[in-house]
Amino acid sequence: MSFTTSPYLLKDTSVSQVMIQVCIALIPGIVAYVWLIGPAILAQLVIATLAALLAEAVMLRIQNKPLSIFLSDGSAIVTAWLIALAFPPLAPWWLTFTGTLFAIVVAKHLYGGLGQNPFNPAMVAFAVCIVAFPALMSQWPSVGLQMPLLEQINIILGLAPRVDALSGATPLDALKTALKLAEGSVDVAHLLANQEIFGNFAGRGWEWVAGGYLLGGLYLWQRKLITWHVPTAFLGSMLLISGALWLYSPAQFASPLFHLLSGGAMIGAFFIATDPVSGCTTPRGKLIFGAGAGLLAYIIRVFGGYPDGVAFAVLLMNIGAPVIDLLTQPPIFGMKDKA
Amino acid sequence: MLMNLFKFKGGVKPPTNKTQSLGLPIAQAPLPTRLVVPLHQSIGGMPRPVVKAGDKVLKGQLIGQADGWISAAVHAPTSGTVLEVALHVQPHPSGLDALCVVIEPDGRDQWIERTALDYQAMTPEQVREHLQQSGVVGLGGAVFPTHGKLTASKTVPMEEMVINGAECEPFITCDDLLMRERAEEVVRGIGIFRDLLQPKKVLIGIEDNKPEAAAAMRAAVSALNEKFDVVQVPTLYPAGGAKQLIRVLTGKEVPASKRSTDLGVQCFNVATAYTAWRAIAHGEPVVSRLVTVSGNVDAPRNYEVLIGTPMDELLKLANPHPDTDGIVMGGPMMGFLMPNNQVPVVKATNCLIAHSPRIFPPAPPEMPCIRCGSCAQACPHELQPFEMYWFSRAKNFGKTQEYHIFDCIECGCCSFVCPSRIPLVQYFRFAKSEIWAREREKNAADGAKERFEFKQLRDEREKAEKAEKLAKAAAAQAAKKAAEAAAATEATSTETASTSAVVEATPTVAVDAEKEAKKATILAAMERAKAQREAAQIKNTENLNAQQQRDIAEIEARREVIQPAAPTAVDENKA
Repeated sequence: MSFTTSPYLLKDTSVSQVMIQVCIALIPGIVAYVWLIGPAILAQLVIATLAALLAEAVMLRIQNKPLSIFLSDGSAIVTAWLIALAFPPLAPWWLTFTGTLFAIVVAKHLYGGLGQNPFNPAMVAFAVCIVAFPALMSQWPSVGLQMPLLEQINIILGLAPRVDALSGATPLDALKTALKLAEGSVDVAHLLANQEIFGNFAGRGWEWVAGGYLLGGLYLWQRKLITWHVPTAFLGSMLLISGALWLYSPAQFASPLFHLLSGGAMIGAFFIATDPVSGCTTPRGKLIFGAGAGLLAYIIRVFGGYPDGVAFAVLLMNIGAPVIDLLTQPPIFGMKDKA
Repeated sequence: MLMNLFKFKGGVKPPTNKTQSLGLPIAQAPLPTRLVVPLHQSIGGMPRPVVKAGDKVLKGQLIGQADGWISAAVHAPTSGTVLEVALHVQPHPSGLDALCVVIEPDGRDQWIERTALDYQAMTPEQVREHLQQSGVVGLGGAVFPTHGKLTASKTVPMEEMVINGAECEPFITCDDLLMRERAEEVVRGIGIFRDLLQPKKVLIGIEDNKPEAAAAMRAAVSALNEKFDVVQVPTLYPAGGAKQLIRVLTGKEVPASKRSTDLGVQCFNVATAYTAWRAIAHGEPVVSRLVTVSGNVDAPRNYEVLIGTPMDELLKLANPHPDTDGIVMGGPMMGFLMPNNQVPVVKATNCLIAHSPRIFPPAPPEMPCIRCGSCAQACPHELQPFEMYWFSRAKNFGKTQEYHIFDCIECGCCSFVCPSRIPLVQYFRFAKSEIWAREREKNAADGAKERFEFKQLRDEREKAEKAEKLAKAAAAQAAKKAAEAAAATEATSTETASTSAVVEATPTVAVDAEKEAKKATILAAMERAKAQREAAQIKNTENLNAQQQRDIAEIEARREVIQPAAPTAVDENKA
């Protein structure tokens, strides 16, 4: 009889179950991605997953940690998928591969592995790659990828030449560049209506991908894997600042809907800023964290030098997360009057 | 009736596993072969044994006399012979021994003379005294002497009296069956408490998964013309925790630093009310209790069990399966594995669960915390278990206290929901016991320091007194000498005028001598102290090896060269 202590009953749950749920929640977004943008993302998902598992296995072996338990926890796969979804779908395989390796080896394991990383590994990978390979990280398919899957895979693997025509900018980037080039002679509404890259609310196709992430995020919330605080604060703060500026000058600034459905806003609000390891954990802390990330993301994407700001916003908030948590400890049972 | 209920945050819904033991009515467990009755069965003072080996006892006879006000008497559960008063292993996870009265039943189960009391005719003090002498303690598990909770606060008016029939732990059904079968006596017991405390309201909280018990209680309340509210509370573990039930029924939150009476609330278990009624109306002290026997057994059931019955004898009645590898006392959330199967049933034993890996599979390997916050959401005291876990693990116990570790009631909700399978409660038990141990150590060290300082003070005083004594003796000596000298002078000289001069001079000499003596003793003391210091301090120039000595010599030589040069340089600068 081994030495055991209460509780003897445990809920049927595990880290891998949590991670599997996150992967399931990403599926609506991925389906929309495949349908509207192109199946190349599937190849990226495979590349990133393989890279993550490889890096994870090597790092576990080096540290003499049990491979079977930690490889199957699914955390590396979640990181890999988030990286693949953040990178351009036609990014060369080695870029996705290197980014993922960096995320797992440096951002995760060098900081102590599962549960110890102060920064979101997927966002570290994105930030490192966009700084190191700005050109490759900015080549997005202009509108959908009307080419066979095999051809797309050949481009990713470097077996076919990277066709310039197929590599445009993201809708966010396109808008920003157009506004800059026009120097006030053209307004946002005109641009959105007349460029093929834009759809009903935001980027053509991308708006539905964002809708897929929203759906998946609501699933996570319903399964109680995330609370409402971070997504609401993230999207709320982005809504507020984009709404305020849009009301101030609709010609210069895109509508809140455009911003909420563009770039990494949805996936960031539900899947990245909600990462408990690198984010805040107290209810008020989560609100501050989400609001800060949403605000910074908007500022960086509109006024900064990068097409989107979610990655940097999340990383910046990661820095503050421990202090925010410390300062927002909730009052406990029976001590609410004092606090 | 409709009542506005409150919610407590957190809580979990483990599978209740209650139906198994609800199929059959309460059964009387047969007399065991022997009874091992621990004397310390309640919070507070350890009762003193009043019987010895060989004594014949009757059922209900006092065998342990309450020690102090917060303590409750212990009685012989059946008639028979005292075999020994000796140390036996206790039903406690520590597996420690404590003093027990071992009784061999004579099979007649013969009661002492029982007298029914009319408590209405007694003063409150007499009722409390009687309950203490009858060994009535909280049967919900905490076994706090009930009479100690029956004095109304002088400053805070008693608003609500909460009667706990929630029974939120899985597997346990003894309170459920007690309310179903003996509701009337429970309600009469509540009436005693009500009369003593005079609360404005009496609220009987029962989880809504026990509709039969609630119905029986309602029927009893109306049959007895009482105005108690029987309230069905949502089934959510740990709704039966006193603080949670108080919160649900009254909206009041009792922090760890306060007692519920400070907020005008007092809480009792239904089984406690029942035993109080038996003690008053039938003159029966607490010698038995209801125990649920469940888990890995063929025939789960509730038994009326004599206190002191060895657990294995009780478990046998329910036919445990062969793979049973231990007994858990209490529920699966807060209970603990018994050190062995022969430990006795005590007043705190509400449930025995036959343990086997089949019903309680061992926890999978512990993974790192991913800070998912599930534990914080499940914690009914709104703590941050994962933060306390980090600090417990790092043995940073001060920080665990900043995160209110002593508000943790060890309900197990955090461990239950943790996806990383971290035994969080175990970490908190560890941290708490470490903090207690350190506090004890610190108190011991403080005591020792105080004693040492007092000793030093005393030594110094004694030394000073000794020096004074010596000085006085020396002065006396000098005075004596001076007097002798004066006498001699007087003898040689006939002039009276000179005598007075000498007499005047004598005190001066004496005072000087006194001063000298004092100075000498002080100097001597200083010398001694210096010698002691030098003896105590090891100089780094001692015990050197040859190489080091050579090095030092070299350094000294260099210094010789440099030092004469230095002042010259200064002089030049000045010039």
